[in-house]
Amino acid sequence: MENLLTVNNVWMMICTALVFLMHLGFSLLEIGFTRQKNTINILFKNVFIITAGLILYTLVGFNLMYPGSFIYGVLPDYFIDLFGLSLPENGLTAEYADGGYTYWTDFLFQGMFAATAATIVSGAVAERIKLGAFMIFTIVYVGIIYPIAGSWKWGAGWLDELGFYDFAGSTLVHSVGGWAALVAVYLLGARIGKFKKDGSIGAIPGHNIPLATAGVFLLWLGWFGFNGGSVLSADPGLTSLVLVTTCIAAASGGLSAFMISLFKYKQFDLSMFLNGILGGLVGITAGADVMSVTDSVVIGFIAGALIVLGVNFIDRIKLDDPVGAIAVHLICGIWGTLAVGIFGDLAGWEQFGNQVIGIVSIGAFCVISAFIIIYTLKKTIGIRVSKEEEQEGLDRHEHGMDAYPDFRLNQH
Amino acid sequence: MKKIEAIIRKSKFDEVKEALHEIEVNFFSYWDVTGVGNEKQGHVYRGVSYSTSDIQRRYLSIVVSEPFLERTVNVLLETAQTGDVGDGKIFVSNIEEAYRIRTKESGFDSLK
Repeated sequence: MENLLTVNNVWMMICTALVFLMHLGFSLLEIGFTRQKNTINILFKNVFIITAGLILYTLVGFNLMYPGSFIYGVLPDYFIDLFGLSLPENGLTAEYADGGYTYWTDFLFQGMFAATAATIVSGAVAERIKLGAFMIFTIVYVGIIYPIAGSWKWGAGWLDELGFYDFAGSTLVHSVGGWAALVAVYLLGARIGKFKKDGSIGAIPGHNIPLATAGVFLLWLGWFGFNGGSVLSADPGLTSLVLVTTCIAAASGGLSAFMISLFKYKQFDLSMFLNGILGGLVGITAGADVMSVTDSVVIGFIAGALIVLGVNFIDRIKLDDPVGAIAVHLICGIWGTLAVGIFGDLAGWEQFGNQVIGIVSIGAFCVISAFIIIYTLKKTIGIRVSKEEEQEGLDRHEHGMDAYPDFRLNQH
Repeated sequence: MKKIEAIIRKSKFDEVKEALHEIEVNFFSYWDVTGVGNEKQGHVYRGVSYSTSDIQRRYLSIVVSEPFLERTVNVLLETAQTGDVGDGKIFVSNIEEAYRIRTKESGFDSLK
């Protein structure tokens, strides 16, 4: 028994580190797809998200997410031990989590997930959000909203009792971030120059596609831990299956997005290819442990298609999403969650219904809370930088620093 | 024919470009430059604040025929201005000859 705990815990700790690496992936992806003049600002936001996110999870997040009991079945019972971490008596033994990991590993692994919800929003609001407003939003959303949403399923809440299934967080992480991104983009408005006065859609090319590509590869690597660790042990059968379904969905999603965008736009579009990989990864995340290889190919393929159509759709309804966060995380997050009711071991009408209930309830919770937070910020301190700041670049005005002070890239 | 060289703020470029198109000035080149002048910009790096007068600007080179000279300069003066130190400068010089490469036209026709 003790040997298994060690092995399981080691795997979980490796996965913790891999999920941590995803923050590097997100940072590179975001700066790659945006302009050089805002690079410091985006990096600052991403560094803030992981640092503040972990502290918030220590303070309240972990306890909110796994409260042990609920009030009215919906609110975590926060009167018991809300603040700080306290090692339970069996926290370092095989009793704590069926020999899967220790209390500390549990906290840190989940803590890494929490911050990724905010980083999804950071990409969508890039290049025009006020830094202070974003930090306040992150603190409230990651500190309170994310854990409460997560408690409904992973914290043994009402969605878990209902039978809703979300293996590694297509809904609980990706769409929680995606809904907030949607609300934020709507309230924030588009970047100057994105939508022309005559109604046409402009393109604002990113300044460093190699970094964006590096970011996507790092994210894929991180997903080995994101999905691999959600098995919550080192069970050889399950973990190896999950890694396979994850990678197959990624590959399938990428190829699908590349082929469909080739067909639609007559271009070999690398940015669609990259986003398609991410869409496939998000799509498999809800059910990586209950899908077959064939299921994964199909789920990934449809996710890739949703990326191409989704990115275009978001543009056409005049929402400016610089990195495609809404398409990747919200649309494919919903798809991945529904897929659990359509493919794999849990497929069936009842499961599909439960998935829909989960999506709708979490969606409503996130949209309403994100709207309250961001709208309040908009009406009090403002959420958008001034026109001059946006045109000259946020690095200059919010940070007084250049990301590349030594050489002048052609800025636009 | 005259060459107008304008050094303007980068944040004003889109406005200037649109205004130039509106008066039918559709052809010019531009590139980013670093300039030294009266404006100072504050930077911070690892706890050290320093200010520099090396500032990013955009340099436009517009060649127009004589009738267009005055309105072009006026448009530039209007749209590139903010009133703060560091708005930039405009220089006008003579051009001896101009050609359109595609059609080998020269003179006034090449600038139409």
